[in-house]
Amino acid sequence: MEKQEFTITVYTENQVGLLHRITTIFTKRKINLESLTTSESEIEGIHRFTIAVTETEEQVIKVVKQIEKQVEVLKADYYKKKEVVQQELALYKIATETLTNGLEIERIVREHNARFLTIEREFVVIEKAGYKRETKALFDELEPYGIKEFVRSGRIAVARQQFGPGKDIEALLQASSPGI
Amino acid sequence: MASIDLQPTENKSPSHQTTITGAEAVVQALILEGVDIAFGYPGGAIMPVYDALYDYQDRLHHVLARHEQGAIHAAQGYARASGKVGVCLATSGPGATNLITGIADAQIDSTPLVCITGQVPSHLLGSDAFQETDVIGISMPVTKWNYQVTKAEEIPIAIAKAFYIARSGRPGPVLIDITKDAQFQPLDFQYEKCTSIRSYREEPAIETDQIEAAAKAINEAKRPYVLFGQGIILAEAEQEFKAFVEQGNLPAAWTILGLSAMETSHPLNVGMLGMHGNYGPNLLTNECDVLIAVGMRFDDRVTGNLEKYAKQAKVIHLEIDPAEINKNVYADIPVMGNAKKTLPLLTQRLQKKDRSEWLARFAECDRLEHEKVIQEELHPTNDILTMGEVIHILNQKTGGNAIIVTDVGQHQMVACRYAQFTQSKSNITSGGLGTMGFGLPAALGAALGAPDRTVVCVVGDGGLQMTIQELATIYQTKAKVKVLLLNNEFLGMVRQWQQLFFDKRYSSTEMINPDFQLLAKGFRMTTNQVTHRDQLDQAVTEFIETDEAYFLEVMVGKENNVFPMVPSGSGVAEIRLD
Repeated sequence: MEKQEFTITVYTENQVGLLHRITTIFTKRKINLESLTTSESEIEGIHRFTIAVTETEEQVIKVVKQIEKQVEVLKADYYKKKEVVQQELALYKIATETLTNGLEIERIVREHNARFLTIEREFVVIEKAGYKRETKALFDELEPYGIKEFVRSGRIAVARQQFGPGKDIEALLQASSPGI
Repeated sequence: MASIDLQPTENKSPSHQTTITGAEAVVQALILEGVDIAFGYPGGAIMPVYDALYDYQDRLHHVLARHEQGAIHAAQGYARASGKVGVCLATSGPGATNLITGIADAQIDSTPLVCITGQVPSHLLGSDAFQETDVIGISMPVTKWNYQVTKAEEIPIAIAKAFYIARSGRPGPVLIDITKDAQFQPLDFQYEKCTSIRSYREEPAIETDQIEAAAKAINEAKRPYVLFGQGIILAEAEQEFKAFVEQGNLPAAWTILGLSAMETSHPLNVGMLGMHGNYGPNLLTNECDVLIAVGMRFDDRVTGNLEKYAKQAKVIHLEIDPAEINKNVYADIPVMGNAKKTLPLLTQRLQKKDRSEWLARFAECDRLEHEKVIQEELHPTNDILTMGEVIHILNQKTGGNAIIVTDVGQHQMVACRYAQFTQSKSNITSGGLGTMGFGLPAALGAALGAPDRTVVCVVGDGGLQMTIQELATIYQTKAKVKVLLLNNEFLGMVRQWQQLFFDKRYSSTEMINPDFQLLAKGFRMTTNQVTHRDQLDQAVTEFIETDEAYFLEVMVGKENNVFPMVPSGSGVAEIRLD
């Protein structure tokens, strides 16, 4: 079975240590996490992990079941590339003087649908949201001008369906639970 | 404070409030969970709990092991023999890390445990304080759940959750780490048992169409074959299982953790699966047309090479843990749920069938195995004592009514192959993790968990020396553990592999041993040693009949091998009889 890009979403209780419990499921199988993002979800008090991996579907299914088995996990699902709408956010820091030496930088930023997040005396920060290939393309174009600092966020993604996985956990949330 | 009434049946409801310390709350919570025995070892960070235990000695007996690993294996043995949750206490740092092997063992063998560790005071967390270790982080991959308590008020809820999680669904070990300051803090104690957690499902819902599909496949099968594991014992579904195989007239073979779930003498019990299992059960895995796995997880020691495993068969998998479905072997028909509930639903749909031809295949294989292996192992024709003949005589003396606790290695395989059992929860062994040193402390725990039964610890000279200090705990508790040392002066199983697969290069497997008789005497045991066959019968009789702990050492052949064997990487049908 061939490896491909998957997005795993996990709905959890907000609990210290749960991140470690989930990541050990990957490390135990020597699976590299390309990115991992945690945030709130659409449900109050429920957290959401978004995990990007490149793996075989067979392995991803097993991992998702192991994640869902954890006591504080409400639901875990996986999606193929075409089953999600996904984005990453990138920040690029360059010297302000590169801007003053012509209009090239402004043209690049415009063409890539990026924007200036801040312009300081010494440096400017450019922001670009998109697929990895898009943020990479902007990186490649800015690189000759000298990138002082670069960072890209983990993948965030929502399912390409009317209701997300959170829909299925509403019933679970009706049940009571001890307070820790 | 010691006089607080904890019995919820009398006057005070469990929700009555009293101000006590966190440490006392730990002890009261344990008592309210029905714990009457805990295994452990004191130390700085858990001292408040030990101090509280002092006031409750009449209701909660603490067994002082000689090493935390001994304490946790004893808790495991207790849990496996009694069906209750085993409880283990340890201090922070080394106390806690010494528990890890036992926790990992309990996780892989689904043993319900609640481990309570002391932790440095909360203001010192992360400061590399004396005896500080991140036991939550370390134990996370090998616990079903764990939690660090830093406030006394969390103690009742944490312990209630711990017991619920440990014993429900697929059982497993839970660890609660409690900072020392939380043990000292006062709290308004009220205790409520945990019965549900919204993010946790004990067992999957039963799907009737899965039951129907499974029943249809079994009814249509010509050569159906059942594999059963510890799931039967954990679900307490022994009767339901027997009714199932009897109704379907189905040959059934066991994993070593499933052993004793069905009496070994039952005509449909065809024997042991796996690397050193019986010939027919392995060979015929690749001849059956429907393979019905019940409460087992297709461990690699059971399946051998998966590419050559039951490829011809339609697989039905009865399982409580959804993560086990399709993990190792693809299930054509998964039957999710608790076996105690799914088995009767299946049984009522089964037709009685004559399977004499198919059952005769097992009998035929059994005859061949007897001829090639078993006869010589149980009734050797040379002077060298075999492990098999010792177990054979042990069976005669116990009538198959004893709890047999084994360590890990050749003696374990021989004991599992030849020991007879008449009742469930009687074979206690470290299966998944293969933890040498498990046997002796687990036998102590089993003896305390099933005080009316004879408990025999079958152990090798290697594993015994890993936890031999627990002989002192056996002496102190007066537990009537019968230690049967099968001494071959080798790490026998590793030596066997070196002989067969490493060109007889016996690298670090020969043991120049201490005088075990003297050692056992030092631990105040009644001892005996057998070096010749003519001493064996009398020695085993005395061993079993003496109404106290006993240490019997039998000198067995140094280079005997366990057969049959499915070599590592081979398919089950490639099982070797010699």
